[in-house]
Parts: sequence; C-alpha cells; structure tokens
Amino acid sequence: MSAAGTAREHGDTKPSPTPAVDGPPLRIENLVVELPGPHGTRVRVVDGVSFDVPRATTVGLIGESGSGKTMTAQAVLGLPPERATLTGRLLWHGEDLIAAGPARRRTVRGREIAMIFQDPLAALNPTQRIGRQVGEIPRRDRLPRAEVRRRVVELLDRAGVPEPERRMRAYPHELSGGLRQRAMIALALAGRPALLLADEPTTALDVTVQSRILRLLADIQAADGLAMLLVSHDLRVVSHVAQRVVVMYAGRVCEHGPARDVLRRPAHPYTAALVRSVPAVRTRTALADPLPGAPATPANRPAGCAFHPRCPLVRARCRDEVPEVREVASGRWSACHAAEEVLGS
Amino acid sequence: MSAEEKAGEGRLLDVRDLRVSYGGRGIGRRRGAPAVDGVSLSVAPEETLGLVGESGSGKTTVARCVAGLLRPGAGTITLDGRPLGRAGRRTPESRRAVQMVFQDPRSSLNPRMTVASIIAEVWHTHPVTAPDGDRTEALHRLLADMGLDPEVASRRAGDLSGGQCQRVSIARALAVRPRLLVCDEAVSALDVSVQAQILRLLADLRARHRLAMLFISHDLGVVHQIADRVAVMHRGVLVEEGRTGDVLTAPRHAYTRTLLDAALDLDDSVPGDGTTDDKAVV
Repeated sequence: MSAAGTAREHGDTKPSPTPAVDGPPLRIENLVVELPGPHGTRVRVVDGVSFDVPRATTVGLIGESGSGKTMTAQAVLGLPPERATLTGRLLWHGEDLIAAGPARRRTVRGREIAMIFQDPLAALNPTQRIGRQVGEIPRRDRLPRAEVRRRVVELLDRAGVPEPERRMRAYPHELSGGLRQRAMIALALAGRPALLLADEPTTALDVTVQSRILRLLADIQAADGLAMLLVSHDLRVVSHVAQRVVVMYAGRVCEHGPARDVLRRPAHPYTAALVRSVPAVRTRTALADPLPGAPATPANRPAGCAFHPRCPLVRARCRDEVPEVREVASGRWSACHAAEEVLGS
Repeated sequence: MSAEEKAGEGRLLDVRDLRVSYGGRGIGRRRGAPAVDGVSLSVAPEETLGLVGESGSGKTTVARCVAGLLRPGAGTITLDGRPLGRAGRRTPESRRAVQMVFQDPRSSLNPRMTVASIIAEVWHTHPVTAPDGDRTEALHRLLADMGLDPEVASRRAGDLSGGQCQRVSIARALAVRPRLLVCDEAVSALDVSVQAQILRLLADLRARHRLAMLFISHDLGVVHQIADRVAVMHRGVLVEEGRTGDVLTAPRHAYTRTLLDAALDLDDSVPGDGTTDDKAVV
C-alpha cells in the first residue's frame, strides 16, 4: 500500500500544486473551523488541520471529546454546524470543496463522499421503510422500479442484512442495533462513493456485533478500494481497521503516520498516554498512571502546545510556542517539541 | 455453584436465585420475558466482582436490584446475612450500605445543584454519616479524597467536566460510608484519559475504605484490570464465574469464548500482522 510518504506538512506555506489525478482523493490543508462563542467571540474548534486520505486506505482519526475529530469529518462531508466558518482547503481530487457551491457539495455528498453515523436510529428516517431510504439515490437516478428494488436488495445483502427482501419493508425501529447499522452502511454505499466517512460506527454496539461490523467495513473498503476516514475515540477499533492514524487534541493534529508504528511507538506524549491507558483484555494490565486534568477544549485552549498542562515532558518552550507538525522520523509526523525524545524512549 | 460459595462464610453480598421479569408489551419483546432468570452470586468483603455481558444480558437489572432500585420477582438479596429488603422499603441502614455509581454522571446529578448541596443532601438523608464538626471542612476533605479542588464545592454539577461529574457521583456515594459500591458502567462514558483517572481513583478508594464492589462493565479489558472475580451473564443467566485471570484467559463456557473472541486488543498478533500494511479484523 502506498500509504507512506503522502502526509502533508502542517502549516505548509508553499503554495501547494493541485494534486494530480493520481494524488490522494482527499487532501485536507490547514483546515480551520470556527464556531460562535460567548460574547461575540469565535472559537476555533478545528485549528489548522492537515492530512491526506489516500486511495484504498483507511485513516483512523483518534481523539477525545473536544478534539475536533467529528467537526473535521463534518467539514469534509459539507455539513458543519450552522454559523460555522470554514477556511483552508478541502481538496477532493484536486477540487477545493470549501470554495465549491452548495449545489456541487450536494452532488459530492452521498455520491462521492458518504457518511456512516454513530447512531443509525437518529440518522435514519423513522417514518420510512429501510428499502425506501436505501433506494433514494437509485430512485433519483430514475432507474425503473424493478431495478431500484433489485439494487436495494443487492445493497442490503452486501451490507450483511439477512433476508433483504423482507427487511427492506421494515422500519428502522423494527431492526436490532446491528442490523440498523448495516442498513446505514447499505445506504452509504448506494451512491457508490469513493470516500466513506465513519463516525464512531460501532461505539453504540455490543462487542460481538462490533467485530462483525468492523470486519464488514474492512471487507467493503478493501473490495471497492475505498478511501475511508474512521473517526473514533477507541484506539482498539482504530488499530484493527486503519492503516494510517491521525491523533487530534483540542482541535489540532498531534501526530500522524502508519497506524501500527504510531500505536506501537508513539511520537507524541499524548498518543503515548492514550496507548498506555488502554487495558489489555487477555492479560492483566496494571492500572496506568493517568494523565492529570481533563482534556483541553478549543474554547479554552492553553497557550503554546495545547497539551502542555498535562504533559509529563513539558519544558519552557512548550508553554508559549505552538509546535508545528514536522517529520520527526521517516514517515512519522509529530507536533511535539520533544518528539525525538518520545520516539527514543 | 462453586465450593467456596457453598461454604457461605465471609460473604458480604449474597444474591440467591434472583428473577426479574419486565411486563408489558414492549416492542419486539415477549410479554413478561425474564430479564434475569435465576441468578446467584456473592461478593466477599473488600472484593471486587466484575459482572460482564452484552446489552440485554440482565447485568444492569441485577445491579438495580442489589441497589434497591428495582423489585425482583423472586429471590433473596442479603448483606452480611441480613435481607436487604424490598426496593423502596429498605431501612436507612441497608440503603446506606449499598451505593451506586451510574454510567452517565450528567444525568444522575441534578445539573442545577451545587456540589456542596448534593453532598449536604445525602448527609441530610443519612444523618448518622453526617460529620460532627465543621461540615465545610469535612466536605473539602471528601472532595480532596476524590481529587477535586475545594472550589468545586460551589460549582453547579452542570458546569463540571465529565470526569469531575463522575468524581462527584463517587463522592456522593462514599459520603455515606457504604460497604458495597455498585458501579454500573461507571467509566464507559468517559474519555480514555479520564477513564484511566477514575479507574485509578476507584482502586485507591476501594483499598482505603475497604470497599467491596460490584463492577458492571462491557469492557473486558477494564474488568481484567480491576476485578478479583468475574461473572459472565448471557440472556438473564450467569453462564460462568471464577477468578478474573482464569475466566478471561481460559474460559470454560462457549459464550465467554465468543465474548473474548470478539473483544479487541490494541496490539494483537492477528493474522496479517507483520510488516505489511494489511490489517485483519479478528
């Protein structure tokens, strides 16, 4: 897989050439999302985020609440919250989606970029049968009814819904959580997207269902050569499906690189702390020394490195100098002044 | 049941043949289908029993019966050999002895009450546990015990972070000096870095206050870290019980094996693991 070497430097000042057709399908450049805060202020919930989602690759976007991971996905989808302002570039096959008009965004959404949400019960229409919702895009393509029906059955079957002819007549509430998520996946695949965004797709599911849904997503991603952006707080989930990871904290990227390398040998103290706090299932892990304090929020992001008040390696420079995301080892990008030290430890 | 349970010695909590049915005509559920169908378990003093299972397995129903929030259809629950009594009719003493920490501290604390009044309320309900001397000082000591600054006392629960809220929930539970703490997914809704803090706090408090815990969680990794013994529930019955290390490394019941097979570890040696970028989902 050509995952390595596609990362872009954060805050790259060089005017970047429009990626050629063989470049990554999605390139996020210096994305800033601002929301209205109290007393007329603007809160930067996403602050200068840059990374690529290469073709046929799953990128895991890891972060805690307030990290901006969901907001980044919503910006890519073109559904940011009301009154949000977006700057930077979202290059979709070289075309800047931030500059694109609403009509173009609507075409891209669903047909080129599709999203799987955490809570299918909230994302699906409760008043419409599953088949009608999955068939919306084929219907809009003015396919004959029998053809739409055939396509819906095929999509549901592909998403692992048993007895699709029967289930397509069910309403969302009549299905189990796992089946609803499968219906959601069928709906997402209906437009034959090139990029699948999945925001905590298995967080609400039981473990046995979770592992089946993750396997399904990995199979579809591999079979269709999809690019996938998997947003999750769960390092275990990400480590099982993603080839690359991006770790976010308080609206900024901490580090990114090949998933296995980042999770085995982090280049940022925050990633290291996250990895340490995941208990093993099959062996007894001693309780980790937890990080002090609560995750920083974009609304009161500390000066300098946002992580510095919780960082075990904090030094004077971290308190006032925002670290750039830089390549600290081959293919490894980190926004830590002491990244080399973290890598070496 | 195991020999040690038959001995009946040294038990704090003893649940015998617990049965609960939810009536009504719930969607997709048979009328009166049992949620808990004859569960027996026990917790020794200062012991932590992990209760694991998927949603619908009945683990939360067991917890709610133990905490006195739900009336079982049949079965007995005793603490130190004395029946705990029906939900809603427990003596103040037995209500005090079993305290519960819920999954979502934001919905289990009144967002408009200050932390000080939340604690004052439980001291009012259980006057025997109220401090004799300076209550403010006692409150600050209690908060410090939870790793909270004294100024949190005057803040409203709704203004606290998720981790702070859960610390206040634990403070509220421990303010009345319980014998048994029932934690129902108490760390599941928290951020990973905060989850580690709360687990450490629970382990410290357990040792310092000599608490027994009934620790309900769907996360086998967390249970492996904190529980001495583990009980596995499936469809209302207890399918396996034993020492945590035994159950989670050498499960005897097929369902426990299914659960373990599905549980993800961060860095498994899975098929496809190697130098390539190919990932296998197990």
